[in-house]
Amino acid sequence: MQPSLMAAFLLAAPYLSPTNIFAPASTPAQSILDLSVFVLEVTGAIFVVVFALLAYAVVKYRKRRSGEGREPAQVYGSTQLELAWTVVPVLIVVVLFLAAARVIASIQNAPKPANAVEVTVIGHQFWWEYRYPSLKVVTANELHIPVSDPLHPTPTFLTLLSADTDHSFWVPRLAGKTDLIPNHPNSLWMDPHETGLFLGQCAQYCGTQHALMLLRVYVQTREEFDRWVREQSRPAQISGPVSEGQKIFERTSCINCHAVLGTSANGRFGPDLTHLMSRETIAAGAAPNTPANLRRWIQDPNTFKPGSKMPAMGLSDRELDEVTQYLETLR
Amino acid sequence: MSTQTISLPETYEASRPFVEQLHQWVTTVDHKRLGLLYIFYALLFLVVGGIEATIMRIQLIRPLNTFVSPQVFNRMFTMHGTTMIFFVAMPLVFGFANYLLPLMIGARDMAFPRLNAFSFWMTAFGGFLLYFSFVGGDGLYGAGNAPDVGWFAYAPLTSQTFSPGHSTDFWTLSLLVSGFGSIGTAINIIATVVCLRCKGMTLGKMPLFAWLNLTMGGLVIMVVSPLTAAQLMLMVDRYLGGHFFDTQAGGSAVMWMHFFWVFGHPEVYVLVIPAFAFASEIIPVFSRKAIFGYPVMVAATVGIGFISMSVWAHHMFTVGMSSGANTFFVLSTMAVAVPTGIKIFNWLATMWGGQIHFTVPMLFCIAFLFQFLIAGLTGVMQAAAPFDWQLTASYFVVAHFHYVIVGGIIFASFGAFYYWFPKMSGRMYNERLGQLHFWLFLIGFHLTFDFMHVPGLLGMPRRIYTYEPGRGWDIWNLIVTIGVVFQGAGVLFFVANMLWSRFRGALAGRDPWDAWTLEWSTSSPPPDYNFARTPEVRSRRPLWDLKHPEDPDWHYE
Repeated sequence: MQPSLMAAFLLAAPYLSPTNIFAPASTPAQSILDLSVFVLEVTGAIFVVVFALLAYAVVKYRKRRSGEGREPAQVYGSTQLELAWTVVPVLIVVVLFLAAARVIASIQNAPKPANAVEVTVIGHQFWWEYRYPSLKVVTANELHIPVSDPLHPTPTFLTLLSADTDHSFWVPRLAGKTDLIPNHPNSLWMDPHETGLFLGQCAQYCGTQHALMLLRVYVQTREEFDRWVREQSRPAQISGPVSEGQKIFERTSCINCHAVLGTSANGRFGPDLTHLMSRETIAAGAAPNTPANLRRWIQDPNTFKPGSKMPAMGLSDRELDEVTQYLETLR
Repeated sequence: MSTQTISLPETYEASRPFVEQLHQWVTTVDHKRLGLLYIFYALLFLVVGGIEATIMRIQLIRPLNTFVSPQVFNRMFTMHGTTMIFFVAMPLVFGFANYLLPLMIGARDMAFPRLNAFSFWMTAFGGFLLYFSFVGGDGLYGAGNAPDVGWFAYAPLTSQTFSPGHSTDFWTLSLLVSGFGSIGTAINIIATVVCLRCKGMTLGKMPLFAWLNLTMGGLVIMVVSPLTAAQLMLMVDRYLGGHFFDTQAGGSAVMWMHFFWVFGHPEVYVLVIPAFAFASEIIPVFSRKAIFGYPVMVAATVGIGFISMSVWAHHMFTVGMSSGANTFFVLSTMAVAVPTGIKIFNWLATMWGGQIHFTVPMLFCIAFLFQFLIAGLTGVMQAAAPFDWQLTASYFVVAHFHYVIVGGIIFASFGAFYYWFPKMSGRMYNERLGQLHFWLFLIGFHLTFDFMHVPGLLGMPRRIYTYEPGRGWDIWNLIVTIGVVFQGAGVLFFVANMLWSRFRGALAGRDPWDAWTLEWSTSSPPPDYNFARTPEVRSRRPLWDLKHPEDPDWHYE
């Protein structure tokens, strides 16, 4: 491809799709793309050459009336030719292999700087748990990380664990995918060069709702990120007398799975709800976090996520309203 | 046309009562009948697997569609993958090997006719067992139905915890049973090729078809065994309290991946090597030239067989192997491109300087060459591990392996159907219907699988039953689904052609293509035991020698 054409294509890439692998926004994704473009050029050239030969042979050596009744000259082989199309591919393979090996090492063996942000990602059927061990933050489904200045990089290193089945963490614009496998900790790093929301989703089939196990990564300026950390590390801000909704929440099975820091709810099976209202979506990105959606979700999770592990608790309309109101106070 | 090798008159099946005919088919140990049974069985399941694919494509035609539930969708992709690999592609290549190998090497049957029948029925009942899950899978727990763990059934999703009920057991048992059938057939193929060649047919004078199927047989023995072992271990985990893959008790999910892919990757070559075999017979005949570089073709085939057993972990670039392991599997995987490239160039060189007849089998083979080239190149892209970190488990990889399996294996198999149909049925197919089938299927294939690469590059993972608008995937999924209509129409013309031609086609005679291998020296369809007098050959193209006594091949080999 012409360099200018390629440049125009890469410029347009983010607008084609928010998860386009041709629109990298961090170093690992960028070095993968650089290798990919090189591999595409080499394989593209091979395709053009071989396709041209095939097309030429098909047109030039098609059966003609004049040739009828006579067999063409029988050729049984040619050592020189066959040697040529053995040696040339071997050379191409060596070049491609070396290019790939270099990128593997640069990404997989990158040292972790002391100022790196560390996050433990735990895959669950069908949502993401994020823990920031040194920052005392536990949250779910929406990952917040700081932007990284190329001159003073502050990369984020993820430790990938799974609570149940295999999952895979894939945010195409930030890094290649890496699997979350039970009993098999993995790691992944990224250093986003721009702020904004980056989308992705689980890329390893993990059960019924694999499709709606969506990933949202919010890349923030350092100041915004620090403020977010301060807010998230506080316990729930509950003032005044205990609301009716909180009572219902705490006496039904909600607290077997959900935690609200600062209250008696300390379940760990489902997402931490301490700062639920600071999140833009619910149900691992399946729906916007609006009071109406929240109410529908509590009433019966199967309505927009059939197969979700959260059971419908069979609350009455009044109880639903109360619980929704309570959850809306968890900012 | 020579009559030196065979002097039997054309035989016709006397009309017998239906029950008697059925009894003969069910109890047969004849390699030709078993070959046809394999092929019919594969075609039946091709339609079933195609219906499953169509259900998935209807569901994905637009975002947030609700044609089927996620549970049904997950069963569909599990059943589609399992069916197409184990109960379409495998029986198809075994069927052709069974039918053609004895004919091509001048033998009267396979080496072990009763093992042959046993193997077919094991494979057949394996498939029926899998489909019985729709009825019986509810089991004791009322959970599940057909299996929904994906065709590679990664642990620990298959454990009792995450897959209660019996759906996974049906999957495990059916692959266990059909695996025994595959190993039996592989033993049979190897024994036949090694022991039953006619006089004069040294290993170096076998048709390439025999070499390729010999390699395939060796691969099957090597790689189906670990799959069978893994299935047994999974059953021990599920019912006898084993912990091989049970991660909650310290088992290893990654070990299942290794077991599965040490089967799963060479399996691709188990299927594609017979497709190479079809192309290696059809391309020379319709180019009117001997195959170019026979010894190198043999070496490349055996080379592919060996290298293919050292590449399995390229399916696992994202599971967290060390950079050293990843680098090794990049090299071994890219190395396969060398012998594969040799084969493509040698087929091209066979066509070069020939007189290409655009019959339906040749059209399918030319399309096979073109598509296999692209499939190989997208394979090289994914062999570069970092690129694969983006591509794997996305729709790009789905497009890639359908390019191999449909664009390569199925296209070559359609070529083989048309090429050997006159031999198997005694009648010619309808050329016009065949052309219609080819062009419809070609258009449908390219609409579906060319455009399927794009959503993968745009971040669409495989195995999702729905997706949101706004990800840039909608239009591509629509085009992909439209292609299915053309493919389905093409297959309808194929079935119509086979049925019509079986009864109404012109009589084929023994050698309608003016071909060169031994199966064309006997009547169509061949009589019981194939050859009244076993033939004797002096070169790789015995019929060429007979037709051109002034310039026989053995002067040059």
